[in-house]
Amino acid sequence: MRPEGQALRRSVLIVVVLAVVLPIVAGAGQTLRTAFGLHEGLGGGLSLAPWSQLFALPGMATSLRLSLITGVGSTLLALILALGLCVALQTSGRAGWGARALAPVLAVPHAAVAIGFGFLIAPAGWIARLLAAALGWQDPPLVATVQDAAGLALLLGLVVKELPFLLLVMLAAARQVPVATSLALGRSLGYSAAAVWLRLILPQLWPLIRLPVLVVQAYALSCVDMAMILGPSNPPTLAVAVTRWFGDPDLAMVYPASAGAVLSAALVAAVLLGWGLAERGLARAGLIWLRRGARGRAEAGALRLASGLGVAVLGLGFAALMVLLLWSFAFRWSFPDPLPESWSLRLWANPQGGWGRAAGYTLGLGLAVTALCLTLAVAWLEAEDRSRAPRAAWATALIYLPLLLPQIGFLYGLNLLFLRMGLTGGVAAVIWAQALFVFPYVMIALSEPWRGLDPALIRTAASLGAGANRRLFSVKLPTLLGPILVAAAIGFAVSVAQYLPTLFMGAGRIATLATEAVTLASGSDRRVVGTYAVLQAALPFAAYGLALAVPRVLYRNRRALRGGM
Amino acid sequence: MALQIEALTISPRGGPALFAPLTLTVAPAAVVTVMGPSGVGKSTLLDAIAGHLAQGFVQSGRIWLGGRDLTTLPAEARGIGMMFQDAVMFGHLSVGDNLAFGLTAALRGRAARRAAVEAALQTAGLAGFYNRDPATLSGGQRARAALMRTLLAEPQALLLDEPFSRLDAGLRAEIRSFVFDHARARGLPVLLVTHDGEDAAAAAGPVVQL
Repeated sequence: MRPEGQALRRSVLIVVVLAVVLPIVAGAGQTLRTAFGLHEGLGGGLSLAPWSQLFALPGMATSLRLSLITGVGSTLLALILALGLCVALQTSGRAGWGARALAPVLAVPHAAVAIGFGFLIAPAGWIARLLAAALGWQDPPLVATVQDAAGLALLLGLVVKELPFLLLVMLAAARQVPVATSLALGRSLGYSAAAVWLRLILPQLWPLIRLPVLVVQAYALSCVDMAMILGPSNPPTLAVAVTRWFGDPDLAMVYPASAGAVLSAALVAAVLLGWGLAERGLARAGLIWLRRGARGRAEAGALRLASGLGVAVLGLGFAALMVLLLWSFAFRWSFPDPLPESWSLRLWANPQGGWGRAAGYTLGLGLAVTALCLTLAVAWLEAEDRSRAPRAAWATALIYLPLLLPQIGFLYGLNLLFLRMGLTGGVAAVIWAQALFVFPYVMIALSEPWRGLDPALIRTAASLGAGANRRLFSVKLPTLLGPILVAAAIGFAVSVAQYLPTLFMGAGRIATLATEAVTLASGSDRRVVGTYAVLQAALPFAAYGLALAVPRVLYRNRRALRGGM
Repeated sequence: MALQIEALTISPRGGPALFAPLTLTVAPAAVVTVMGPSGVGKSTLLDAIAGHLAQGFVQSGRIWLGGRDLTTLPAEARGIGMMFQDAVMFGHLSVGDNLAFGLTAALRGRAARRAAVEAALQTAGLAGFYNRDPATLSGGQRARAALMRTLLAEPQALLLDEPFSRLDAGLRAEIRSFVFDHARARGLPVLLVTHDGEDAAAAAGPVVQL
């Protein structure tokens, strides 16, 4: 091991620990202290009072139940539908096409999806309008289809948002599993393709997709933006309730709010533990099932049903984006009409109306956060290369940590710490907080292509006398331009989607498209909300477009380097 | 039960046929060897008979097994066992569970099924290997275990896709007679694809050149 590699490795580790781990641990610790009555600003000693306060709040039990049902239900449903679609795409040989078609959909931020989905399924939404035209309705139906008390709209909205992600992860994982061999062998033993998928391929696939599934699960249990837009409002899900209590004018509410944040974290931990236990139980049951040797003729139908529903959900996602676009250009669109009566560019032509400033903040923050995270990720990967050490399990855990912890669990505490450091309300605090969630995605996106780089290329450069730095800047980075830009686009998309970190660290002074869209979503003019949501979706789209276009233009005479994804 | 192939042709979509129309009959307990240089479409022929033909290929002609027309049946409904070049064992399952996966569903009862798998392991010289990791098996052990897995599914015909080519010379003769003996004992028609003359000689049956 060479000292040069050691130094880089050590400094990257120090930066990650100081900038990522420490704030999270400190924030979580501060939230925990407040949950037990310890708060420097407000005084008060160690007590369980916040907890009795929390459980005395009206609707607490309902909030907890709502979070559990929407969180676990949506993740399970998205997983099952993704599996059905993955099998269907693999069987038809269209997996590559599916992956390319899904990538941009993935970029659409949560809030925009939720708003569009709401515009779609609301009593006076697009679906009702289309039905009204067919059935001759004059008035919207009197059913609460959005923000319904059971949380079904939220559950379905989460499925719409997470299905493309899980499907993409599954398709990528399936490339690392001997799918064709398993199918040929299993079918020659009398099993249908569906039976082989469930008995042989899924058990091989699961270890590769476990972590992303858990990330989706943690998010679904603790998301705030989508739950505010689509979830019931009184009582809301636990994460929304906690966010509201933190924002309560009565400062003493931070006590039960902190206890709620800790409860929310405990809920995530308990559910993730439940997945672990279910995995073991299912593995054991699966083995008994496999040993029984039933050839499973009926399973093909079940998987086809799942893929059919999956297609329908993907369709809802596309329709949600369409309806956002329609509203942002609509001038008059009254109820039973399937399309707007008249169109207008009024909102788009008037950035001073508000969206200009929000878009500017979103763009600036996104670029800064992405640059920061990309630099750190490249430094990390280069340090791994130079020290010639594979990534340790704890390092992987470190990368995933911010994605598995509920944001609400440590953002309040972090905000308090930033407040004491005089950072709150500034752009720097928001950049820092967003980077906590952007860095993992950039790292995940860049790791595989980085490791897939042909080692012969590096050895050749070294044998020509290029030192480590020249190998990095003249060989690795240019060769990996495509994947680096894609990782940057993903990071940018994640930044554009950030709601809670921007809200908490910006102290309400930094209005991005995400915070504005969520705020406006409750009861504002659909045309205005549509404009914000379209912009929020358009920025990541543009980033992906650039990530794909730049290598094509720059490397137009270099076939091997042109593909971005 | 005989395996009959009637004027079978295979061609890549829009391309010329891989070989002249093939008609042959494999009698029960007989081994027919198909030989030819690599790339001529030997494996593709087996894929077509077993029902694994990849998208992008077109076939014509008919395939019969004991009077049953298999031509349009999916692979899993044909009752044709197949041995592949690599004797693939599923690494996430134990050796015994690999065999249990093959065992026909017709045999019921946990104890009876376990006994059938143990007996097959015994036959393969792998007694006591139920819980072993397949990655720890030698090439010969793996080939024998893979054959047992195929036979436990109670196929009515057996296709061999150069299953001996990856074995070293000493092991080859042993595994070859192990496979042929078991297939004969069950009266299975066997179609062997190889480019090794020794395989054909050992099979002691008709040889078809592609």
